[in-house]
Amino acid sequence: MTTAPAVGRPVDRVDGRHKVTGGAHYSADVRPTDRAHAVLVGARVPSGRVTGIDTDEARQAGGVLAILTHENLPGIATQPPLLPSLAGMPAPGQTFFPLQDEVVHYSGQPVAVVVADTLERAQHAAALVRVTYQETPSVTTVAQGRDDAYVPDAIFGGFVPGRSVRGDVEAGLAAADVRIDATYTYAANHHNPIEPAATTAVWDGDQLTLYDATQGVAATQLTVAALLGLSPSKVRVLSHFVGGSFGCKAMIWAHPALAALAARHVGRPVKLSLTREQMFTSVGHREEQEQRIELGADKEGRLVALRHHKLSPTSPFDDWAEPSLGVASQLYACAHYEGVYRLFRANTMTPTFMRAPGEASGMFALECTMDDLAHQLGIDPVELRLRNYSETDPTTKNPWSSTGLKECYARGAERFGWHRRRPAPRSHRDGDWLIGYGMAAAGYPVYGPNNPQRARARLYADGTAVVQAATPDFGTGVATVMTQVAADALGLPWERCRFEGGDTALPGIAAAVGSAGAGMISAAVHTAAARLRDQLVAQAVADSQSPLHGADPAAVTVRDGRMMLRDAPATGETYGDLLHRNFLPDVEASGAWSPSPESHHYGMMTFGAQFAEVAVDPDLGVVRVRRMVGAFAPGRVLNPKTARSQLMGGMLWGLGQALLEANYMDPRRGRWVASGLGDYLVPVNADAPDIEVELVDVTDDIVNPLGVKGVGEIGQVGAAAALANALHHATGRRVRKLPVTIEDLL
Amino acid sequence: MSAPDIPSRAPARAVLPERGPEPVRITLTVNGVDRAVEVEPRVSLLDALRERLDLTGAKKGCDQGTCGACTVWVDGRRVLACLTLAITCEGREVTTIEGLAEGDELHAMQSAFIEQDAFQCGYCTPGQIMSAVALLKEGHASDDREIAEWMSGNICRCAAYPHIRAAIRTVRDRA
Ligand code: FES
Ligand code: FES
Repeated sequence: MTTAPAVGRPVDRVDGRHKVTGGAHYSADVRPTDRAHAVLVGARVPSGRVTGIDTDEARQAGGVLAILTHENLPGIATQPPLLPSLAGMPAPGQTFFPLQDEVVHYSGQPVAVVVADTLERAQHAAALVRVTYQETPSVTTVAQGRDDAYVPDAIFGGFVPGRSVRGDVEAGLAAADVRIDATYTYAANHHNPIEPAATTAVWDGDQLTLYDATQGVAATQLTVAALLGLSPSKVRVLSHFVGGSFGCKAMIWAHPALAALAARHVGRPVKLSLTREQMFTSVGHREEQEQRIELGADKEGRLVALRHHKLSPTSPFDDWAEPSLGVASQLYACAHYEGVYRLFRANTMTPTFMRAPGEASGMFALECTMDDLAHQLGIDPVELRLRNYSETDPTTKNPWSSTGLKECYARGAERFGWHRRRPAPRSHRDGDWLIGYGMAAAGYPVYGPNNPQRARARLYADGTAVVQAATPDFGTGVATVMTQVAADALGLPWERCRFEGGDTALPGIAAAVGSAGAGMISAAVHTAAARLRDQLVAQAVADSQSPLHGADPAAVTVRDGRMMLRDAPATGETYGDLLHRNFLPDVEASGAWSPSPESHHYGMMTFGAQFAEVAVDPDLGVVRVRRMVGAFAPGRVLNPKTARSQLMGGMLWGLGQALLEANYMDPRRGRWVASGLGDYLVPVNADAPDIEVELVDVTDDIVNPLGVKGVGEIGQVGAAAALANALHHATGRRVRKLPVTIEDLL
Repeated sequence: MSAPDIPSRAPARAVLPERGPEPVRITLTVNGVDRAVEVEPRVSLLDALRERLDLTGAKKGCDQGTCGACTVWVDGRRVLACLTLAITCEGREVTTIEGLAEGDELHAMQSAFIEQDAFQCGYCTPGQIMSAVALLKEGHASDDREIAEWMSGNICRCAAYPHIRAAIRTVRDRA
């Protein structure tokens, strides 16, 4: 048994054993008795109307239980508005629900659901459904939609204005000594977690249970309840293991409700798993986009003006763009700024959050332009960023709750060996390979939830504890770190604490999105566990039979499950003694946490710095990423082992974004060109260099009780820019598009 | 690139009578136990394991042979269970992640994956481990570069790759 604090220790994941033995049951692994299988049929045209659905042949195929189309599926009760799931309300990914009428808005839109007794039979019957369409012209690419663009009032579920201004950007640009005007283009990206989205729906009378792969069980519960016109009290959602998400399971798409409707229709439990191909048309994506930056600086490289415009397609129903301009408007001191989102309606589903949603793309544009500026002025890229360092949040002039950015630059540069870099492009070689070094800054906002986050802690008389909160663990390590948080608050060894989550029957937690999970859940768990400890101490000092009777509760400390006087540790008793003596099998307390009002007076951001070394074959254009070093200041690190893994994963996502990941709409057919992992390339083992993660300590008393700023997304921010800047250093070519491919370097 | 060694010649087998398309009863030997199961000949080994034998350790990431999440062994060779028909595995030894530990005693590779934090969500992990153990047996783990090449058929979207290599190295060096 250990007495050192559990928080901050690199303990192994508590669910590791389940995951390495095949004992972890994901949403598609549950097998209720008599389970049937549902398969979606997607529209083959991007725009138009369904003119007929011939289901005769499919119906006659063996094992078919039902074929649901807009002609026989019950209508939905209400369509909730699009609201990010962190808000804690119903959170549909788009304000369109399929199978309500014959109109086709995008390729892949569900037009039928086939249910059969086995998966093979459902798949076969789905292939026999004959749908005819009247196709109308479609718009799916930036090239097609550019001239129809408009500036929306707000994007991102209403949370981000379409236009933001400070100072006078025109005057600022006119007064600048140096100006850069650069346009960046981005292919669309897809999350592609290895677990496809899946829901298993089970009705018991009018009570619905959903096993759903989700970042928030309450988001699924509230959304499905609204769509089906059920009380949330009738819907329970379980999500014990989720096979990755990266944002595509952060909002609730049509399939959980369709699984529930199908199960009700056939009177049997139904599993609905999306196919890999359907993962490209059913759960959102990072939109294709174009960003233009006009930047003005003085001769010393200090920014005086920044204009940042983005153009991207959205769906016919929602004004959605990832907020690419946010962090890029906050990172540097710059008096004159204008940021504008322009959208056009296209035949796609509503795009959605994808890891570092907006920051990954916006910071690519800004940080490549900063590299360009450094190069043009002959200033070291790290030095240029230090000259533009902002002591306050430039958008509000509020102080930062904590930063660590300068330390990230320094420690990252040191670990990387940045001083060895000779500034001129093409000045490092290794045999035939051109070698390049690049860097970029990183930032990611600290988001707070809109409503209280709740947890419950229960201590048993044997001295073990269980803490509960509804959050699922989709690979973040939340189940592990929350045992550590609870252990310290209760004064127990972490091995004697267990975390239960992933169930709407437990105290409510908003969806763990936007890197907010660790901060808000640790706050709720800490609050509940600390309240339970205080309650037990209060009971002991009030108990005439306790050695602590009459003591000041503030003078009592707890270690290893034993309450004692801080100044006289011999005086005390264990939790177990207290409970046994009072015939208490267990004691329980709940806690809730909301961000403090004070936090609104601070800029809250996680900072970091990325460094990368690439090798380029000058004849073939082949790129090898040799190493990546990231220094991050994410506030308190609850568990360095799991935190490092998440940061490393984010950096490798930056590698994928920089060099591999791309999808394009075929403008004639209005559908994605890539639809599988064979043609949508994600990094594989051979693509991934060793990654070095440097953790910079910062204390933050503002963001939440434990000062946790989050590690889920910051690892990706700036990584693609560092790589592109390294490619420029290696080759002298400034590639302003993602991903960078061989052709760009030849 | 990462295909396992394919034996130069399959053992001679008797010509089997034509069966299907209706479900047929076959016996699969999975993790050393004979299991009778009714399957249509079109049923993949992966769906036979997951949907009929309650062995959900092997995962379906794509059903297209592109991700490696479904990796199991057939007669000791790693195969993609989503591209293998269950009926072709009659009379062969199928090993899944559930068959790797000896009772409560984890296989060294399983322990190494936990120690090195070689996963996050864990969805690719059964496939990674089945490949990793086979890789050592195949002799394809001499250095990191070789490990990386021969493990590149198993995608990890959480991108635990450097830690997966570390786990394989640890087991290799302990042996
Ligand atoms: S499920 Fe078999 S390779 Fe992906
Ligand atoms: S651990 Fe999540 S895909 Fe590998």
